[in-house]
Amino acid sequence: MIKTIYSKGKLAAKTGNEVMAEAMRQIEPDVVAAYPITPATEIVQIFSQFVADGKVKTEFIAVESEHSAMSATLAASAAGARAMTGTSSQGLALMWEMLNIAAGLRLPVVMAEVNRAISAPINIHGDQSDTMGARDSGWIQIYSENSQEAYDNMIQAVRIAEKAQLPALVTTDGFIISHCMEVVEMYPDADVKDFIGQYKPARTLLDVDRPYTLGSIDLQDYYFEHRYQLAEGMRQSKKAIAEVAADFAAKFGRKYDFFEKYKLNDAEIAIVVIGSTAGTAKVVVDSLREKGIKAGLLKIRVYRPFNVEEIAKDLAHLKAIAVMDRADSCSGAFAPVYSDVASALFSAGVTSPKLVNYVYGLGGREINTTHIAQIYDDLSQIASGAKKPSNTVEYVNVRIK
Amino acid sequence: MKKEENRKLTAAELPAGGLVEAGTAANFHTGSWRSEKPVWNKDKCISCLTCWISCPDSAILTAQDEKKGTVVSGIDYDFCKGCGICVRECPPKVQALTMEQEKK
Ligand code: SF4
Ligand code: SF4
Repeated sequence: MIKTIYSKGKLAAKTGNEVMAEAMRQIEPDVVAAYPITPATEIVQIFSQFVADGKVKTEFIAVESEHSAMSATLAASAAGARAMTGTSSQGLALMWEMLNIAAGLRLPVVMAEVNRAISAPINIHGDQSDTMGARDSGWIQIYSENSQEAYDNMIQAVRIAEKAQLPALVTTDGFIISHCMEVVEMYPDADVKDFIGQYKPARTLLDVDRPYTLGSIDLQDYYFEHRYQLAEGMRQSKKAIAEVAADFAAKFGRKYDFFEKYKLNDAEIAIVVIGSTAGTAKVVVDSLREKGIKAGLLKIRVYRPFNVEEIAKDLAHLKAIAVMDRADSCSGAFAPVYSDVASALFSAGVTSPKLVNYVYGLGGREINTTHIAQIYDDLSQIASGAKKPSNTVEYVNVRIK
Repeated sequence: MKKEENRKLTAAELPAGGLVEAGTAANFHTGSWRSEKPVWNKDKCISCLTCWISCPDSAILTAQDEKKGTVVSGIDYDFCKGCGICVRECPPKVQALTMEQEKK
């Protein structure tokens, strides 16, 4: 249950989409260019109403596709504007080319993203295949468990992106968060504006006194150095994320980290999960704890950059870990989060926990406490040696045979 | 990248995002691309400046003349890439520019 933590905070009933639009209103970017797509449509629809009603001075560009939305947003950013957009699923897929360009040009565009399944078959419901597909595009990725986190993450993302000189996206799970009304603590407009501050880019394309070229061709002699810079920028962005989280906690009272550890420190078995399913899993952890089972949970909030050192430390003491992916990789191997967790552990020399990959919830398929309790049961048996850990992807709640 | 500095910059030295300061075209001698070159005949030239405004590489050199104002003074072969636009644009009645084979 959300309570007010900040002295001037006010509780409001908001859906995930409403609260992301409210965050954008408070941020009041110079430019928003967007194209509607379910389930993210409401975000920019509500925001465009704010523009029409004169509540923000933002220039709203209604474009003809998501490719254009990202093109216009990154161009506005290059011109020196604070620029934002919102999308989901196929929209993000259509942005693919420009996502990589925004990152390569080191433009701090911020996007509200609602996780939705990727076609085909067409499905409008929540899974994380869309942003998982963009996980290596050079965008900072921050996932939210509920509307409160979506709101807080949006506010932080603006500063993180500008500090790190990288674009950033904040996600919610389609429908589960985007359309679910929850109580959210909102902060006064002036306090949010004060927190994010003015955007002062070092260089802008509209600076006629110090002209420069952006986006020129870069061949064998320099391309590699620039891509190294981008990869290094992503590594270095961990500092910006931690600093902004510390400032946010000092100002508004809510503490955020790369990962949330829930009853993890003394746990023997744990689930690693992203997004709203963490909330469901916490209920299961609580009931297992009542029975004396040492179950815990690690929720990934920041997936890009992936803080490998920290996650290896957080998970090293466990006997068995289930990594739950709400996306499959179709790689013939494992799903994305599992692969990242496994390489984080291995590179840190942590080889004792048994690690199993569960793919769940594709296309909005239900994931409830019974499914999650079953995973913890598997982990208990693996931890005690009664069961051998699976060395292939395990699928939750799907009819295979 | 400075002309005199042949050493390539490292990732730590390069500005982020592929930003390139304006004016670097001056460091690239596109004249080395040429297979044919325009030759300017000073005596025929009426300094209409058609070639000057047409040249994509700013390779038509100009000078100030007390009586005539801005006049063409030659071709900058460091940057003339031999596209022939100036030759084609020079008024047919004047033909102060002609294309010749570049001698190796
Ligand atoms: S040949 Fe082309 S590049 Fe050379 S001077 Fe004429 S117009 Fe300029
Ligand atoms: S176009 Fe011909 S006549 Fe005119 S300035 Fe050039 S060379 Fe001279």
